[in-house]
Amino acid sequence: MKLEDFELGGTNLKSSDFKQGTVLTTEWEPDLKYAWDNGVAIGRYLAELKEGRIIARACHSCKRIMLPPRMFCELCFRPTDEWFYVQDTGTVNTFSIARVNWDASRRGPDEPALLPAVIEIDGASKGMGILHMLGEVEPEEIRIGMKVRAVWKKPGERTGAITDILYFKPIAPARHTPPAKASAGAKKKVKTKARSKAGAARGKR
Amino acid sequence: MGMRKVAIVGAGITKFVRRAQETGKELSWQASKMALDSCELTLDDVDMVTLGTAPDAFDGVHMKGEYLADGAGAIGKPYMRHYVGGGTGVFSPIHGWFHVASGMADICLVVAEEKMSSCHPHPQGAFLTIFDHTTEQPLKPTLIWIFALEMNRYMSTYGISKADIARVSVKNKRNALDHPSAQIAENITVQDVLDSETLCWPVNRLDISPASDGAAAIVLASERVARRLTDKPVWIDGVGFSLDTAYWGTRDLCYPRYVETAARMAYDMAGIKEPSKEIHIAEPYDPFDYKELHHLEGLMLCPRGEAARLTAEGYTARDGNLPVCPSGGALGVGNPIAATGLMKIIEIFLQLRGEAGKRQVPGTPRCGLAQAWGDLMQVGTVVVMRI
Repeated sequence: MKLEDFELGGTNLKSSDFKQGTVLTTEWEPDLKYAWDNGVAIGRYLAELKEGRIIARACHSCKRIMLPPRMFCELCFRPTDEWFYVQDTGTVNTFSIARVNWDASRRGPDEPALLPAVIEIDGASKGMGILHMLGEVEPEEIRIGMKVRAVWKKPGERTGAITDILYFKPIAPARHTPPAKASAGAKKKVKTKARSKAGAARGKR
Repeated sequence: MGMRKVAIVGAGITKFVRRAQETGKELSWQASKMALDSCELTLDDVDMVTLGTAPDAFDGVHMKGEYLADGAGAIGKPYMRHYVGGGTGVFSPIHGWFHVASGMADICLVVAEEKMSSCHPHPQGAFLTIFDHTTEQPLKPTLIWIFALEMNRYMSTYGISKADIARVSVKNKRNALDHPSAQIAENITVQDVLDSETLCWPVNRLDISPASDGAAAIVLASERVARRLTDKPVWIDGVGFSLDTAYWGTRDLCYPRYVETAARMAYDMAGIKEPSKEIHIAEPYDPFDYKELHHLEGLMLCPRGEAARLTAEGYTARDGNLPVCPSGGALGVGNPIAATGLMKIIEIFLQLRGEAGKRQVPGTPRCGLAQAWGDLMQVGTVVVMRI
């Protein structure tokens, strides 16, 4: 058989077909609401965000410190073992400079680009990245490997949501590393190499 | 393993268009009827039907499988719908393969349909709910973000430029000029891709496949029946599928491990030891141009980080050592999600039979592969076919 020997179906409509009313359509605009329960692990995660802290869950079998936290380890398929505060700093794993909104509409010329990134949070296992936004940075200054810190909403404005962190901003190339806010039991990791890279990028400006 | 051999014996497809006048049912009927006609069967000959179609949210129709059953020829027959996001179309023949390989059916009609245009203002909006509703959706992500994030990570890891990646879009859109179903076939240059609108850097408009309406169908048959129906059965010799975690931020974004896992499963079944030598032609999923490169590496058809260089050298051109997406792929033919995967299966089916017309690759390929990927960038589906 050859496709070329068949008359293929599928009739392409043009916008003129609708303007001239040669094609009729039926429309429906649903007005549905959903209320999602946060669950055990994410419920605690959000409660801690409200307090300005990031919390993970540790699995003693595979030794991972997992973010977002979960009550069961999907690899070991057993319950996770303990809560574990991590830092509100991290490393940019990758990023984008987005001119498109969630519904594919375009950002206006006066609207700043959105800066989504995958951020590997310090204290969680390597590679445990979360989706969040970058801010207080020129898009062209962003680098993979850049060290960043969470910028929180004010305590009274937090609602227990991922948006209690407004965005992550580059850590200034300071010699002194400020102590993490809530690091009870958290490992302190300082990646001087990544920090100096970020510093170099900012220095170029 | 006590499984029967399964062959593809017929195929049907509609044009891929931005907005089809036909309903999903009508598109499914057109593709299904053509598939049956192509191997001179009627619906009475069909034992079972499987149907692949992606999110219900595109159509605003709940239980789309049931809705589309009439057009897929499923009324009164054992019928199942499968759905693994963008991986659906290459899972379609796998689903049908189970029915025939197990001995439950001698002839199975496999249909894949997508009508994305019903969702306004743009089907992209329907993808919002693919993200975690609590930890990600409040950030108002679009699916293009995660492709941009993945593409950036891939480029940075291997030092690949946007121009290197744009070559895939140029190649596939050009290949599609010879495909009768093509929606956005055109002759463009790398510079055209780079100059097109930046949506989410590093992703430009011409790096992306379009939203499309369309349907495709194939007929699967057991060995005994297939040899009676055609002198050119194309055998499904290997199938593989695998799912990675929905915690996508945790994954290695520069390498699709789930595609490798699926490929290894299919290669083991087909007895393939050295895929880059034994696979003669490939149709990996290319909804974005970098994804073709990503997938060629996950399929172990190119060394990691080398797919862009090989593309630049013409290795993946229609007349190259390994023709990749000779159909024109999702970037050129169009991307009605589930139907795209089955379009790729049909392309390999036609190429192995030497019936691809102007798209026919030189030489006589004996072994080909189609692959798709989807869900939250986490599923890999692979089918190895031989003549």
